[in-house]
Amino acid sequence: MTVATTNGTAKRTAAANSRKVRFRIKRCDGPNKLVRWETFELTIAKGENVISCLQKIAANPVTTEGKRSTPVVWDCSCLEEVCGSCTMVINGQARQSCSALIDVIAPDDGDTVTLEPMSKFPVIRDLWVDRSRMFDALKRVKAWVPIDGTYDLGAGPRERPEEQAVRYALSECMTCGCCLEACPQFELAEDESEWDKSFIGAQALSQARLFNLHETGAQLKGDRLETLMGPDGVSECGNAQNCVKVCPKHIPLTESIAAVGRSTTIHAISKWFSGK
Amino acid sequence: MTQQQRVIVVGGGLAGLAGSARMAEAGLAVDLFSLVPVKRSHSVCAQGGINACNEVARQQGYSEYEHFDETIYGGDFLADQHPVLEMANWAPRIIDLLDRMGVPFNRTAEGYRDLRLFGGSLFKRTHFSGATTGQQLLYALDEQVRRLEADGAVTKYESWEFLRPILADGADGPRCVGIVAQDLRTMQIRAFRADAVVMATGGAGLVFGKSTNSVICTGAALARCYQAGAAYANPEMIQVHPTAVPGADKLRLMSESARGEGGRVWVPRKKGDSRPAREIPEAERLYFLEEKYPKYGNIVPRDIATREIFDICVNQHMGVDGGNQVYLDLTHKDPEYLTRKLGGIMDIYQKFVGVDPRHEPMKIFPGVHYSMGGLWTQYTAGSYAPSEPQPAHVSGTETACDAEIGRGMLPGAPNNMMTNIEGLYAFGEVNFAFHGANRLGANALLSCIFDGLFSGVGVANYIRDGAPSTAPAESIPQSVFDSAVGAESSRQKAITDTAIGGDHADETNPYIIAKEMGEEMTAGCTVVREEARLQKTLDRIAELRDRWSRMKLADGATWTNQSLSFARSVGDMLAVADAMASGAKARKESRGAHYRIDYPDRDDAKFMKTTFVTYDAGEGRARVEHREVRAELVAPRARTYGKVDKEEPAKAEAAAAGV
Repeated sequence: MTVATTNGTAKRTAAANSRKVRFRIKRCDGPNKLVRWETFELTIAKGENVISCLQKIAANPVTTEGKRSTPVVWDCSCLEEVCGSCTMVINGQARQSCSALIDVIAPDDGDTVTLEPMSKFPVIRDLWVDRSRMFDALKRVKAWVPIDGTYDLGAGPRERPEEQAVRYALSECMTCGCCLEACPQFELAEDESEWDKSFIGAQALSQARLFNLHETGAQLKGDRLETLMGPDGVSECGNAQNCVKVCPKHIPLTESIAAVGRSTTIHAISKWFSGK
Repeated sequence: MTQQQRVIVVGGGLAGLAGSARMAEAGLAVDLFSLVPVKRSHSVCAQGGINACNEVARQQGYSEYEHFDETIYGGDFLADQHPVLEMANWAPRIIDLLDRMGVPFNRTAEGYRDLRLFGGSLFKRTHFSGATTGQQLLYALDEQVRRLEADGAVTKYESWEFLRPILADGADGPRCVGIVAQDLRTMQIRAFRADAVVMATGGAGLVFGKSTNSVICTGAALARCYQAGAAYANPEMIQVHPTAVPGADKLRLMSESARGEGGRVWVPRKKGDSRPAREIPEAERLYFLEEKYPKYGNIVPRDIATREIFDICVNQHMGVDGGNQVYLDLTHKDPEYLTRKLGGIMDIYQKFVGVDPRHEPMKIFPGVHYSMGGLWTQYTAGSYAPSEPQPAHVSGTETACDAEIGRGMLPGAPNNMMTNIEGLYAFGEVNFAFHGANRLGANALLSCIFDGLFSGVGVANYIRDGAPSTAPAESIPQSVFDSAVGAESSRQKAITDTAIGGDHADETNPYIIAKEMGEEMTAGCTVVREEARLQKTLDRIAELRDRWSRMKLADGATWTNQSLSFARSVGDMLAVADAMASGAKARKESRGAHYRIDYPDRDDAKFMKTTFVTYDAGEGRARVEHREVRAELVAPRARTYGKVDKEEPAKAEAAAAGV
């Protein structure tokens, strides 16, 4: 066993082998149901993440008070931070639970990890929220390349590597919702009819930019900009720049917002000159 | 006005999305079902790339035909050959289509699509988008289907679970006329009518507990078709990927592209050498793949690399730090180059292990990755019919067949990728059609998209000209649908009723049963297999099925009950596990991913055959038969990849090639 030179190291050495961590979880049985908090204590081995802990709780859902509860409901799929499913608020910050390593977020014996559902989307149950609004936003900004069908018509446009690099970075967006959870202007809208009444958010703006950058995708640029000039559009951004700080894929969201903002201005001026 | 003809697609990964787009274009109303929003499907995890002959490789002597020949050889001659030929011929067309959809493929300085090397080929024929190619292809198809959804041509049912196919009496046995599905939020169980149903539900990695698969890849959908009468082919053919990173919740894939871009696999030559990797001089490192396979080196196919790594660690105890791990080393490459070409996996390793693989070699070990087997499917052979099967193709020489459409399979044939149940199709990883006994890297994305585009047309033709043209699903009596919903409601009630009472022993806990199934299948039915061990696995599965039938659920909720969905799937996964182990026990030879220490050689006379498994509902067990492989295009030859320490197979290969 390593002989520690400082108290901190001693604590960590002990913690690395086997330690207890508490999980304080915000639970809710469904829409319009009461919120309650439950705490579970787990013995943690090296290399665990929030997912493996939720799996252990599912197999044995007994709270620290010794009360038998139910497995926690949460959304997950790939477990390698590429599908976007398992986003939740962990110790106050929206992020993917698969890449939330316990050794990092709760390194010491007796630490507590707090898990909550994202607050900007309606809760389905426990930590699972409904992010349909994000996919609807992708429809509203026509986030696609309007090809002439799936037939064999030869290659697409050639592209310089620098242009590909810009598009690839934007195209890594996994619709996880972190940027919206962190945005002061993006509001919870329970009802579908409210979705286009408040700020559409960074993800859709950035996707609009992505498709405006593609030679064929740019055919719909005017439509996209019209949508983003509306009351929920780019002008609603308050420039807090939280989105870019929390994006797990480091997508340059503020650059996208600025680019779309410039495009809408140019679009508005050219419309004015052409009298349309 | 007549009702519009409808097709149901179950699964929204590459195969399901490509099929949905093609069938919507053909004028069918498409209902698309998925456990998750389709943009989160497991295809998103594919990393390395997608294979296709391309102009650069062509001018170096490569061809669609060689891609076909490599795929057959890579699959150890277990695949029916016609579908593979058609797929290889379509590959360049598919790349062009994806390019038009806006996939950000990596580019050369001149703006052409960049290419990389991948396992089982000596030519650069893999197109890629960083190290997240699957994600980028999935997103492109997701966007196209979203566009069709906005136009009203596709209706999505996301967060819905497929529970069973609905079968009605057809002219020649049962015919599929819809599905029963459940909304995982409200728990509503409903029947949906359709003139045809396409399963595109992917692989079954979760049967092994921890794998590289997403948690949704349980194989339950496949199992529900199999238990309803669909045949399951080559279930024993499970690919164990050589390079994964073990984790507490899953095994995270480190793409084959790491080796394609120059990654080297090694261990210290001296057993128990505890020096950090960087302090071990070149001469004291054992690059065991390069030494044994000088021709292919680190890019030998996956089954071979996996067995060599397993042998080094488990038999020779030469793993790094004495454990089950070897180095996958990229530190000799420029870090910026690695970020540009492999950024996605560099980030995953750094995030989950906490070490930067640009500066420290990664530590990896094999992990269950891909199901070559799947639902048994049919096809109509195309126009290429050589007088006798051809020997190995030699690069740069004239090909035996050109790359015209229709050489391998007849385009538009209604039986292309139809299961043995009329009107029930299987596209993508859930079928068995392309990869034989081992899949070559970067052929999975291709086979999924190919199925959707190519066989989607056959589905439309079946609906227009086949049984649904005279007896559409709309004309089937309501009672057929009501009784299917009734059966699923009863099955659910039987499970949720167990949630009352205080018995929560491990014995009857569905999460514990699933964990034990995964451990047993990994121990008994992966890299190395043997008769007595397989029997033990089958006995354990029977025991787990008994325990599952007595299980107790921890949640009786009638709203968003994930425990119910999981527990129900565990029973289906056990049926898949039984089929896999039964197929493995019956195949008394070694071929591709299936390696039997008690039968170490390939036995073409007895076992160049498809394992054809049907479900015996009375016994609740797999019934195994073997059927001939259609191998009229390429003659089988020994599969050695130029290995140097074995004289005989090399000679056999030369003999087979007529040298």
